Amino acid sequence: MTEYLGLSMLLFTIGAAGVLVRRNAIVVFMCVELMLNAANLALVSFSRQHGELDGQLAAFFVMVVAAAEVVVGLAIIVSIYRTRRSTSVDDASLLKA
Amino acid sequence: MNDVLDTAWVLVALPLAGALLLLTWGKESDRFGHWIGTAASAASFVWGVVLFVALAGRDAGDRSVTTNLFTWFDAGRVRVDMALTYDQLSALFVLLITGVGTLIHVYSIGYMADDPRRRRFFAFLNLFVASMLTLVLAADYLVLFLGWEGVGLASYLLIGFWQHKPSAAAAAQKAFVMNRVGDLGMVIAIALMLAHLGTTDIDRVATGVPALSQGVVTALGLLLLLGACGKSAQVPLQAWLLDAMEGPTPVSALIHAATMVTAGVYLIVRSSAIFDASETARLAVVAVGLVTLLVGAAIGCAKDDIKKALAGSTMSQIGYMTLAAGLGPAGYAFAIFHLVTHGFFKANMFLGAGSVMHGTGDDVDMRHYGALRTAMPITFFTFAAGYLAIIGFPGLSGFWSKDKIIETAFGFNVWVGLGTLLGAGVTAFYMTRLMVMTFLGRKRWRDGVHPHESPAVMTVPLVVLAALSVLGGVMLLGHWITDWLAPVVGEAHHEELPVPAIVLTLLVLVVVVAGVALAWATYGRREVAADAPADREVGWWTRAARHELYGNAVNDALVVRPTGQLVRGVTAFDRQVVAGAVGGLAGLFRDASQGLGRLQTGFVRSYALVLFAGAAALAAALLAVTIA
Repeated sequence: MTEYLGLSMLLFTIGAAGVLVRRNAIVVFMCVELMLNAANLALVSFSRQHGELDGQLAAFFVMVVAAAEVVVGLAIIVSIYRTRRSTSVDDASLLKA
Repeated sequence: MNDVLDTAWVLVALPLAGALLLLTWGKESDRFGHWIGTAASAASFVWGVVLFVALAGRDAGDRSVTTNLFTWFDAGRVRVDMALTYDQLSALFVLLITGVGTLIHVYSIGYMADDPRRRRFFAFLNLFVASMLTLVLAADYLVLFLGWEGVGLASYLLIGFWQHKPSAAAAAQKAFVMNRVGDLGMVIAIALMLAHLGTTDIDRVATGVPALSQGVVTALGLLLLLGACGKSAQVPLQAWLLDAMEGPTPVSALIHAATMVTAGVYLIVRSSAIFDASETARLAVVAVGLVTLLVGAAIGCAKDDIKKALAGSTMSQIGYMTLAAGLGPAGYAFAIFHLVTHGFFKANMFLGAGSVMHGTGDDVDMRHYGALRTAMPITFFTFAAGYLAIIGFPGLSGFWSKDKIIETAFGFNVWVGLGTLLGAGVTAFYMTRLMVMTFLGRKRWRDGVHPHESPAVMTVPLVVLAALSVLGGVMLLGHWITDWLAPVVGEAHHEELPVPAIVLTLLVLVVVVAGVALAWATYGRREVAADAPADREVGWWTRAARHELYGNAVNDALVVRPTGQLVRGVTAFDRQVVAGAVGGLAGLFRDASQGLGRLQTGFVRSYALVLFAGAAALAAALLAVTIA
């Protein structure tokens, strides 16, 4: 049990660090997916531990939402790349005060 | 209601309709608009004559007809009727206003022939006639005030008629603002009447006066006098009249000589009940009249602008009327008598001056005239009739009316009498000066000026007015005018004169002859310089008179500059304190939002960091709560 949660925390930490330090939008995106799946792993683990299906159900929801998010997010990234010839998130900083 | 005298409203309606028609009808009426205006005024005059005949045919005790047209407003205790009173006093005024008014309309057809805005000019003239008739026919102080403001508006529009001239626009504003000061007196007086009597009906106010305390009556009298001072250009509100000469000359003749400026005198006579009840108010009226008649005469002596010299003379003559009106029942009728004769001869002379200007290319400087009697004989002879009338040549209208005022003034007080006597001498001086400089002596015409007689449409009104100036005195035959007005203004009590009346008349004649002789010696026998001597070459008295006895400087120092200071102070307060507070608050929020806005860097990763930090803080807080 502890191993699963440990892996989940590790994955989440890697994802969070990647979101914070990487500039490439695709990589940031993958890191976000990593965090989501880390959360899924935790949900499923607890579900197993408690012998209930609620956690697994939540994990499915997360997957559906993540899939939708991927569609929208990738579309945005492709669009940004087409106009800017770059996928660096630091370059897309026009929305500042 | 089938009484013909109940139709006095027609008098007002005709010129009012003319004004509305001319103002709303488009350009196609430019060709005949002036005829509509003249016809409206003439029709009103004809109707005035019909009503006058009807009135004169009645018994003396039955000569005041009040018609209530409709209730103007009715609010609680206050009820104001749109009512007109046609009586002996208003009948005379109606004839003067519409008669002289129509002549001036006719004259203006010629005088304004080349002006592209002639139709509008006639609309304003009609508006003036309608307002003035409202003023003199009103049976209620509030209705009177309506006409009072109407003539003020018409005066403003007509003084500034040549609005492309900045001086004309400024003069119009000056007249309007100074009139406003007087109007304030009227408004407060009307408010006082409402407060103490609950009515503004002229008759009911008159019957209610005995019940009022002396203080209120005096206040009413002084406030009405303030109103009269504004409208009639009496000291201390005299300064606008000289500037008002910027308007076209027919306007000066009709409004600023013959009719509107006499409205103040009318107001005092119409409010005789109030002035009869207050010795102090009457004394103030006499003082104002005496000062103005001397100030106006002094100004008339020094002006080289023919219209301004005549304007000074107008002030002076209205001073005579005001003084007479202040003498109580003994003087009311003579004030009105002089008002009517003055209306004739001053309108005549103003139109004559206009004719001279018309012939000399709109030059108003008398030093550029000289010897015009040969170039414009009709203007000369008609002007001469007016001149003889105003200086009081025996037999002419001005002789009778001014003599009566001087006589009554001597009956009141010797010093006041001497003042009016001096005024008569000065009048003779400045009018002779004007006459000599304009029509006699040698030619001082500017190059390229070829004086010529004016067209018949202008000279015919001159001839009619000259005849009236000569014959106006017949109104005094058999004391007709005093008997006629007695029911309105009260019977005159004959005061004991210090000397017999005939001696006084001779004395006046001697003074007048002295004035004429002095003017002749100064301007007739010697050559008049074609350019006015500079200010430092003339005596202090001439300099003072040229500057209108520093009336404008006094206004400046007492009113204009302190008001300017106050306004500047208020503006500074507004800008620095009020606007400062508002602007400061806005600035505070602007700076704060700019500071906060700096947090929004546009870098997604920094947002994410904040997000994680927040989530971590939340988790830590939850953990802390759970452990505790």
